[in-house]
Amino acid sequence: MYSDKVMDHFRNPRNVGEIPDANGIGQVGNEKCGDIMKIYLKIEDDMIKDVKFKTFGCGAAIASSSMATELIKGKSVEEALKLTNKAVMEALEGLPPVKIHCSVLAEEAIKAAIDDYHQRAGQ
Amino acid sequence: MMKDIYLDHAATTYTDRRVLKEMLPYFNEIYGNPSSLHETGRKAAKAVATARAQVAAAINAKPEEIYFTAGGTESDNWALRIALAGKDKKDCHIITSAIEHHAILHACQQLEKEGCAVTYLPVDEYGRVSVDSVSQALKPNTVLVSIMAANNEIGTLEPIREIGAILKDKPTLFHTDAVQAMGAVPVNVEDWGVDMLSMSAHKFYGPKGVGALYVRKGIKIVSFIHGGAQERRHRAGTENVPGIVGMGKAIELAQESLSEESARLTTLRDKLINGIIERIPEIRLDGHPTERLPNNVHFCFKYIEGEALLLSLDAEGIRASSGSACTSGALDPSHVLLALGLDHGTAHGSLRITLGHVTTEDDIDYVLDTLPGIVERLRMMSPLFNQQEGGKTLV
Repeated sequence: MYSDKVMDHFRNPRNVGEIPDANGIGQVGNEKCGDIMKIYLKIEDDMIKDVKFKTFGCGAAIASSSMATELIKGKSVEEALKLTNKAVMEALEGLPPVKIHCSVLAEEAIKAAIDDYHQRAGQ
Repeated sequence: MMKDIYLDHAATTYTDRRVLKEMLPYFNEIYGNPSSLHETGRKAAKAVATARAQVAAAINAKPEEIYFTAGGTESDNWALRIALAGKDKKDCHIITSAIEHHAILHACQQLEKEGCAVTYLPVDEYGRVSVDSVSQALKPNTVLVSIMAANNEIGTLEPIREIGAILKDKPTLFHTDAVQAMGAVPVNVEDWGVDMLSMSAHKFYGPKGVGALYVRKGIKIVSFIHGGAQERRHRAGTENVPGIVGMGKAIELAQESLSEESARLTTLRDKLINGIIERIPEIRLDGHPTERLPNNVHFCFKYIEGEALLLSLDAEGIRASSGSACTSGALDPSHVLLALGLDHGTAHGSLRITLGHVTTEDDIDYVLDTLPGIVERLRMMSPLFNQQEGGKTLV
């Protein structure tokens, strides 16, 4: 049911953890629906120097978080804001229809973390 | 070598090779249609009759009270229709429980659309239906009480005999879905006082696609599937002869090994339950500690999600199951877990491990060696798990 890419990112997730001095943190989802994603960003000179995640959720949720962090690492904030759930899904070589919301959640988590960064920066 | 440990026997069992051997001639040697009058047909009819007697003997019924079906779901649906036979649905009341299999629950919901009133009895924290609640829910127009003998997710055994006793002298029919109980615990329709009972062969090492419904003699039967005159004109369609033969053999074998095997599985089950409790903090054993199927282990692990747990176990060669929403493609976790009073978050972290004939103590040891690391790893990944507090408090 899952692509090899999803299984790879589920079993060997990239960028798991927290960033103690993160300057942008976003959390989306809720326990009731079974998925929570929390993204930590370290942004310097409008560049995403580091990104980490923590996720409560199914295989697709963990793989989507992992892939989304990979896709924005080293990118500019502007580029990161352009990340879509479709791009996450494509990079994962597809998700089953019932799991598409996981990629949506990953996109939202990144945007929430960038929003938090902008708010902290007073923008 | 890569491990391959099947611990999902509640989902289905393999077909026992002795059962398969019994079935094989009925595909291409004794392939007659049991309705045919010639010798080829008569041989097939004889095989069906033998299987009917085997099934009847296993539950202390008469052969003429056994009707073969395509499985547990058909049996459940049919039982509901039989209870309503010749009655005005709008004046009928059915009592069932909140933790029934969807074959009963969704069929009851359909009957509600057709005008029936249905009471879904709640269960206690262990998943037990209270006998008193059945008495209290009874109305003069209650045509049927349908309570499962054993729950398919959490393994809790329901007080069927006690419910049977209170319904004994009442016109209300009593049906039990014994799909999980058959072959696992003694099933006796007289002792239990049930009027109808559903079973499915693939849960006790028989083939898929065949089941049976027991209907006590004297109860008016309405057909559910219309057509030919099979099953004494009550269930149309050419008999699944190999499947029926397999079901008969499987039930006979299950009866022979039942007491020994249930004792062996209970020991392994309790070793696994106690081992998990000793090794992993912040978990909940679901289902009744003792009044449960000999092969069922069910836990909720806080802060993590069941599908991730299941896939991680699968990667280590352990085949289990979960009641989390993600595994069913639904938005909500299992209705059974919610009926126990669990919150959504906890229910999402569920894991069912069901043992079987092939399960050894080594398998249990392997699960106990493997599971704690997986739970730990997923918890370290979870934003709900507070590492600073050593995982002892909820964030």
